Amino acid sequence: MGDWKTVTVPVLSSDSKNIFQYTSEKKISPSNMNSQVLHLPLPSSKSMHNFFSAFCTEENIEQSISYLNKELTTLGFPSIYSESKGKELDLISIVNCMNELLLLQHKNLRAQEEVEMQHLKLGSDMDHLQNCYAKLKEQLELSKREIVGLQERDRQLQSKNRNLHQLLKNEKDEVQKLQNIISSRATQYNHDMKRKEREYNKLKERLHQLVMNKKDKKIAMEVLNYVGRADGKRGAWRTDKTEARNEDQMYKILLSDYEQRQKQLLLENAELKKVLQQMKKEIISLLPPQKQKPKERSEDGPVLSDLEEDIGELNKENMWELSCETVREQLTNSIRKQWRMLKSHVEKLDNQVSRVHSEALNDKDVISREEHELETEKLELEIHQCKEIIKTQQQLLQQQLTSPCDDDTTLLLQDCYLLEERERLQEEWRLFQEQKKNFEKERRSFTEAAIRLGLERKAFEEDRGAWLKQQFLSLSTDYKHSENVTTSTSDHDNRLLNSMSQQRKPHCILSAPVSTDPCQTFQYISHN
Amino acid sequence: MDFSELFKLSGLLGRFSPDGKCLASCVQYQLIIRDVNTLQILRLYTCLDQIQYIEWSSDSLFILCAMYKRGIVQVWSLEQPDWHCKIDEGSAGLVASCWSPDGRHILNTTEFHLRITVWSLCTKSVSYIKYPKACQQGVAFTKDGRYMAVAERRDCKDFVSLFVCSNWQLLRHFDTETQDLFGIEWAPNGCVLAVWDTCLEYKILLYSLDGRLLSTYRAYEWSLGIKSIAWSPSSQFLAIGSYDEKVRILNHVTWKKITDFEHPATVVNTKTIVYKEVEKSPPVETERLSFPPSRALASSVFSTQSKYDIFQVPVSFQYIKPVADRANPKMGIGMLAFSPDNCFLATKNDNIPNAVWIWDIQKLKLFVVLEQLCAIQSFQWDPRQPRLAVCTGNSKVYLWSPAGCVSVQVPTEGELQIVSLCWHPSGNSMALLSKDNFCVCFLEREEV
Repeated sequence: MGDWKTVTVPVLSSDSKNIFQYTSEKKISPSNMNSQVLHLPLPSSKSMHNFFSAFCTEENIEQSISYLNKELTTLGFPSIYSESKGKELDLISIVNCMNELLLLQHKNLRAQEEVEMQHLKLGSDMDHLQNCYAKLKEQLELSKREIVGLQERDRQLQSKNRNLHQLLKNEKDEVQKLQNIISSRATQYNHDMKRKEREYNKLKERLHQLVMNKKDKKIAMEVLNYVGRADGKRGAWRTDKTEARNEDQMYKILLSDYEQRQKQLLLENAELKKVLQQMKKEIISLLPPQKQKPKERSEDGPVLSDLEEDIGELNKENMWELSCETVREQLTNSIRKQWRMLKSHVEKLDNQVSRVHSEALNDKDVISREEHELETEKLELEIHQCKEIIKTQQQLLQQQLTSPCDDDTTLLLQDCYLLEERERLQEEWRLFQEQKKNFEKERRSFTEAAIRLGLERKAFEEDRGAWLKQQFLSLSTDYKHSENVTTSTSDHDNRLLNSMSQQRKPHCILSAPVSTDPCQTFQYISHN
Repeated sequence: MDFSELFKLSGLLGRFSPDGKCLASCVQYQLIIRDVNTLQILRLYTCLDQIQYIEWSSDSLFILCAMYKRGIVQVWSLEQPDWHCKIDEGSAGLVASCWSPDGRHILNTTEFHLRITVWSLCTKSVSYIKYPKACQQGVAFTKDGRYMAVAERRDCKDFVSLFVCSNWQLLRHFDTETQDLFGIEWAPNGCVLAVWDTCLEYKILLYSLDGRLLSTYRAYEWSLGIKSIAWSPSSQFLAIGSYDEKVRILNHVTWKKITDFEHPATVVNTKTIVYKEVEKSPPVETERLSFPPSRALASSVFSTQSKYDIFQVPVSFQYIKPVADRANPKMGIGMLAFSPDNCFLATKNDNIPNAVWIWDIQKLKLFVVLEQLCAIQSFQWDPRQPRLAVCTGNSKVYLWSPAGCVSVQVPTEGELQIVSLCWHPSGNSMALLSKDNFCVCFLEREEV
């Protein structure tokens, strides 16, 4: 509860004005912090009257009014005195001030209420937090205890582990010790045995000496008559020759044994090779089933043709008489390949059969067996083909991938390809240019030749004309020398003929460039 | 199948002659030679002491009788009954005696294995072989009789000497990498010699005829090793039986193991045929019983018939674990034998003493198991065909062939506990030997 304290102003006098206002200050006692509720109990009218008249009585009206004015002006309110006269009270302003003060009071009350609400809230929050705190503390305690327990268990287990390790080590040590003991005992035993044996040998030697020394008459053989040898021959002396012969004999026996074994092994080898060959042939014959499935045949065609080639080659070489590594490997590899193919084929057939069996159970969806088989074969073919395609694609991919495939390198590669092509093209271009040049040269030479020939021709024609003229002249004058003339003419004719023929040749030659020229020109046109 | 009557025998010494005409048997001091077909006594010789060992010479003309206690070997001739020969080792003592392959020399091993003396019946020469090894199979002859291998031990190391039998010249002498050589055996083709170590170490060495080491085979370390070995008649395979109850087969090309045969106590493979001997008591008609019971009746009442039943796999056998702290324990593969046609291998696992395991060598799989009611005493293959005769210490003989197996009761008046048996070289008859008696069993050609 707050204590009210009336503010006693020293100026206060006992005025009995009815304007009362009280201000209350609150003094919060330290003992009770929680209740900050402000109560504004309105005292009863009588007490109020008494109370309110404490400030202003009839005696100190003026002072109390002036005090009020001072207070109001300091608070920022307009003065309650009227402006013109000093001691007259402005009722309007007083009323206004009162109103203002009331409003202020309301505001303050509201603020107080809010503050109280907040205070309540904070109080409940505080309670809540304290509860949480208490719970958390409990939990913390619990977990701490648990941790302690677990730590204890951990310690125990670790100690147990250590004990077991120790035991294991002990056992191992013991085993090692026992092994050492065993080995030491073994060596001891061997040593003792050797010692005893040496002693025994010494005894035997001694005994032997005694026996030999005694030259016992008793140690003898008594026989009625000596019998002949089993094989009828006479005994022979033991010489070096006989030793050598023995060695020879022994080696002969060994060799014959080895040879026999080798022969057997060769025979076995040959047989096995033959069997393998047969097997290979049979497997190959099994693999492409005959006319019913032409697709498969075409599918296996390329593969087969290779194999057949192989077989052909191998047969040609008569390989089962060769026994070198590569041939053997070839044979075994080819057999393995064939066998794998056959196996896959058989597996396919098995699947087919099982499918057929399982399908035969439900009578409704019975497809005719042949159809089914055909279907399955077709599908399998497809699968096979797809697999092949995938394989080849994979291989190509692999090839592509194995070569380092960064962007730069691919670009480089491309560049390389382009460069290559470019170079190639350049090369070709060069060649082409060369050829062009050559052709040009030739053409020029031909044209020159043609010009020359033309000139020559002209010259020749001129000569001819001149010569004919001469002839005429000579003919007309030297008719008597007909023989000479004929001969000369013949000669001349011959010469003429020769020259004609020569002419013809150049004519021919001429014709050649003439004919080629247009071709060349045509060529050039086409090029250009 | 016909059985002869019982004849007396001592020392399990009943042998057919190599040519198949005679059968020699010993009774104490006496050596009795009988004709094989009629079993009539052809010759009767008396020796100076109890005979401990007899052996026919390879040409069947002579027979030696060794008496170890007296240190004497006596040789008798079949052609000339008056001919006699006595070899006296005197104070040197005698522990073993055998013929050489040519049938004209006798090799005597003196006491303590001091030396092997080679006595010749043709000449007056005597040869000595020093430092022979004191082991079970120390002397081995090749099948063609050309070479002899002798195991020796000098200075705590093992050696093998190869001699040419025609003139006893030393051919090769080499040391072997064995700790303590246990035995040597030639392959039937005479080109490879197998040398194996004591059971404390699993090691078998294969030497060529010229003394080169061809190969060494060790299956494992530390545990007990090789117990028995057998060559296949074609020399293609070498079967090694060891104490770990397995038989390992080596092949002659690489001398590496091609397979091992296990002998477990339970057989589960469905392809294996298991014959179990099952008793069936004969029906006795009580009205016919007379008193005193005639001998025949008595024996038939008390002898139990048995037959073979085929049991379905899985079958378990009686498994015996021997005492751990004794030496030479009764475990592992104690007996191994190949059939003469190389197709089968018969083995006995000493842990399962009542069973004979027959393996098919062509398929390298277990073919048949014969389980008997008593422990197997011995088994022998017919020298001509794949037929196995088994005896278990009772008076029955068991025959197995791929066609089937049969158990035959020997119709005897007295007790006959067959401990050993011996085939005639032609495979037509068999001598069944017990401690005191023996009888001969005649088989028809296509028996079983």
